Amino acid sequence: MRPIEIRDVSLIYETPAGNVPGVQSVSFQIAASEFVCIVGPSGCGKSTLLNIIAGFLTPTVGEIRIDGKAVTGQGQDRGVVFQDFAQLFPWRTALGNVAFGLEMQGMEKNRRETIAMEQLGLVKLEKFAQSYPHHLSGGMQQRVAIARALAYNPAVLLMDEPFAALDALTRDDMQRLLADVWRKTRKTVIYVTHNVAEAVYLADRVVVMTPHPGTVKTEVLIRLPRPRDPLSVEFLDYQRQLLQHLGQHAAAG
Amino acid sequence: MTNASVHIRSARRAAITLLFAAAVYETLARSGIFAAALLPTLPQVAQTLVAMLVDGTMVWHVAYTLYRVIFGFSLAVAVGVPLGILMGRFRAVENFFLPLASALMPIPSLAWVPVFILWFGIGNTTTILIVFYAATFPMLLNAWSGVRAVNPLWLRAAGVMGASERRLFWKVIVPGASPFIITGLRQAFLRAWIAVVGAEMLAASNWGLGWTIFDAKEFLNADVMLASLAVIGCIGFIFERLVFGSLERITVIRWGMMRAAKD
Ligand SMILES: Nc1ncnc2c1ncn2[C@@H]1O[C@H](COP(=O)(O)OP(=O)(O)OP(=O)(O)O)[C@@H](O)[C@H]1O
Ligand SMILES: [Mg+2]
Repeated sequence: MRPIEIRDVSLIYETPAGNVPGVQSVSFQIAASEFVCIVGPSGCGKSTLLNIIAGFLTPTVGEIRIDGKAVTGQGQDRGVVFQDFAQLFPWRTALGNVAFGLEMQGMEKNRRETIAMEQLGLVKLEKFAQSYPHHLSGGMQQRVAIARALAYNPAVLLMDEPFAALDALTRDDMQRLLADVWRKTRKTVIYVTHNVAEAVYLADRVVVMTPHPGTVKTEVLIRLPRPRDPLSVEFLDYQRQLLQHLGQHAAAG
Repeated sequence: MTNASVHIRSARRAAITLLFAAAVYETLARSGIFAAALLPTLPQVAQTLVAMLVDGTMVWHVAYTLYRVIFGFSLAVAVGVPLGILMGRFRAVENFFLPLASALMPIPSLAWVPVFILWFGIGNTTTILIVFYAATFPMLLNAWSGVRAVNPLWLRAAGVMGASERRLFWKVIVPGASPFIITGLRQAFLRAWIAVVGAEMLAASNWGLGWTIFDAKEFLNADVMLASLAVIGCIGFIFERLVFGSLERITVIRWGMMRAAKD
């Protein structure tokens, strides 16, 4: 629940074929407890940016500050949810996965399992606490991943297209669930997507990126009361506005 | 189809194969083409086996062989798994040990027996070290591959959740590499089992399944040889199916990291 500053961040990938820009001079800020979506055409550098904020990648230029402190490497102040269902540890039950972060803090077994159970309750999966990930559906696995990222109570939740691989119906359910979780926990969230409707549904503010090599094109504040109605005129207006900013690229995707 | 009926079916199929092989052998043994002393009938072999079990000699042979194989195999696991994992994690360790492993691995373990006899004499030390030599490389290489096959997402996820390098090792890398590690255990045991019998023929005295076979040659005791071979096959089968098969079932198959063998 802390403010985040992204200051003039650029990253260049060094590959055998030469240098490839990942992102280019990205700057924006995120307020505490704000839900920010990053949208942009495929390959513009959304994942790169998120990985920099998570501490998996070090920017070539610029810096990230969380609560005024420069980010160096990974840390328990951030929770991360990836797109890939394979992110869960297959050798641990849902409960074991969710308790992992607390276990790393050295919390004693009973306490961490109680907390993990509460988190599973938040994503409505208490009944599946003892199931292994391969017995859960994709949507359920992503819910476990969200519970796992929240369990050790990080200030910031980073999500990289967590629902992109789900079918449309499940995806709608998941968006509702995430909006609900956010309302209850009030985490600062950075959420990457290239789905414009998803961004309008979830975000306080949407950061639109330009095509590769990506930088910030514009920011759009979503001034709609929650829970949002995806069929309302205002909702569709926002969607149209974002699509216009994205131009051809989004229309094609 | 239930699990049990699948097991029964596969057991029946295995039984049919074995019965057929036994029938072919028995026909040959009774045909009179070969000398009876060289090709004893199966009931004769069974009789010898029972006699050796009853007087306890076979039990001791098995005990000695198992002691050597398990000792050498455990050493190989204790060295191969950590070293393989370190090779997978750290470039410097890999650069140092990989050429060494590549150079030593192609040398058949039995080729070392005379050298080891020279150094350590006849007996347990030599046979155990031969087993160790034979089992280490498959263990090492599988653990090394296993680490490189660990999903990077697991490492990232564990990293943000605050896993220290030591915790990462035990809580993510070892279980994450477990399909390879179990394959390594299997291959290592198979090599160890083959090596122990060979090594005992050359470097054991008085006890051990390999030694019995070699010793029986002196007296043309084909029945003793065949009885020992049957025991060697049975124990190998038990380890392969029961020990490693069960280990696989309660770990990687339960976790969905590997599917069960098709029956
Ligand atoms: N590991 C890498 N090595 C080299 N280049 C990379 C690497 N990862 C990404 N890139 C390049 O950096 C650019 C941005 O990639 P990134 O994955 O951040 O895009 P993205 O916006 O997340 O795309 P998508 O919406 O398809 O997930 C791309 O042009 C890509 O080719
Ligand atoms: Mg991406």
